[in-house]
Amino acid sequence: MSRRALSIGVWIAVAAPAAAIAWQAAYEDLGANPIETLEHATGGWALRLLLATLAVTPLRRLTGWQEIARFRRRLGLAAFAYAALHFALWSVFDNGLDPASIAEDIAKRPYVTVGFTAFVLLVPLAVTSTRASMRRLGKRWVALHRLVYVAAVLAVVHFLWLVKKDLREPLVYAAVLGALFAARWLVRRR
Amino acid sequence: MAPILRIVRPSDPKAREITERALFLRRREFLAGAAVFTGAALFGGCSDGATEAADAAETPPPDEPTPKKDATRYNNFYEFGTDKTDPAEYAHLLRTRPWSIAVEGEVAKPGVLSIEDVLAAFPRQERIYRLRCVEAWSMVIPWLGFPLGDFLKRFEPTSRAKFVHFETLVDPAQMPGQKRDVLDWPYREGLRMDEAMHPLAIFATGMYGEDLPGQNGAPLRLVVPWKYAFKSIKSIVKVKLVEQLPYTTWAASAPDEYGFYANVNPDVDHPRWSQRRERRIGELTKRPTLPFNGYAEEVASLYAGMDLAKYF
Repeated sequence: MSRRALSIGVWIAVAAPAAAIAWQAAYEDLGANPIETLEHATGGWALRLLLATLAVTPLRRLTGWQEIARFRRRLGLAAFAYAALHFALWSVFDNGLDPASIAEDIAKRPYVTVGFTAFVLLVPLAVTSTRASMRRLGKRWVALHRLVYVAAVLAVVHFLWLVKKDLREPLVYAAVLGALFAARWLVRRR
Repeated sequence: MAPILRIVRPSDPKAREITERALFLRRREFLAGAAVFTGAALFGGCSDGATEAADAAETPPPDEPTPKKDATRYNNFYEFGTDKTDPAEYAHLLRTRPWSIAVEGEVAKPGVLSIEDVLAAFPRQERIYRLRCVEAWSMVIPWLGFPLGDFLKRFEPTSRAKFVHFETLVDPAQMPGQKRDVLDWPYREGLRMDEAMHPLAIFATGMYGEDLPGQNGAPLRLVVPWKYAFKSIKSIVKVKLVEQLPYTTWAASAPDEYGFYANVNPDVDHPRWSQRRERRIGELTKRPTLPFNGYAEEVASLYAGMDLAKYF
């Protein structure tokens, strides 16, 4: 596959969920509880793209497919964009943009606390995702961007803690995250 | 069909005649318009004081019946699966004829009634009730049903009958969600005797002027409008009057999260989320939740002197 085709493919992959959601919204196909549908869709894609970002390096090391390294930033920024949308929807429609209500939920509800923390941790990573930042921060950039692991763990916990009874879906994400950690450990040992 | 009588109470949703189809269709536009207006007001830079004032003023927006399309496609009925759309997808597997309901326990005249017997014996009335899910969303549903008390009296409860226990059908072939033990089947619920005899508690066999669809609990379900909707057990096959507090499915599954009483209460949060506000299906932002789901005037006296934070 040419580099250009690969790049276009990655762009389509990260934009397609947003396009699908927008299409559904435009044609009134978001179901009886459209806000919940939007919140679940944006949250789900933030988590999936975060896991995809974490999969890039193990995949590159295991397969030797070097070209994919340069898509890590794009995947990470897309994860951040979906997370920001998810947070904005929740702030506006669940809390009426009321700072007191938002603060109370973050302080009192453990699943909100961890979800919000995951989002906050992604902010400096998005801000320092440029090449200039990488050069300027040097080794500290690598240390800072290890926060992505913490954010991913918190995002999975956020999902686990909000589910009422059927834990199958969040447990799938927990298993994928566990497998990514294991892959990293194996690669490092070799 | 049995005659439809509408019982209107002061705290009932102020709903218009649901059989007027044109009006029914326009209602959604009205709701959409109202929601857009609210959204614009919110985006237009609100102070936190404004939202607090809205909360404090105990006058929630008016109630309108939820579109039937939403009430029949967004359901919690784990017997058919845990997704909100699973019940509508799989309820066609449920056979509601023949169907019988066994009444046993502390009654002078135990017996088994067929659903046809039930429909013949108890004339249906229309009751428009708010329905508040423990997950903080709500609907307004025009039920067809009859007082649960009328049903129970027919079997002559003894003086030892202190509680009523209800059970849903168990048959994984008809209810594919039961192939997984996500809950301890059969689904069981219960009421205190005085709650069961309260005139607002009904057995429903229809909604929106028609028989109940499977996903809404056909052919016969409980509706207790002042309690979280998981108390309103669906597709009932057994009613047993008992002396001791009965086993109830959600309370047994997570005792710290779901209680036996489960009265709608904005002041007692679910351990994981707030119960202060709810999203009315069809609206975008949340509205305040009312004590006893707005039926405090009728039912609060049942719980006089009880610590509602302890008996949640």
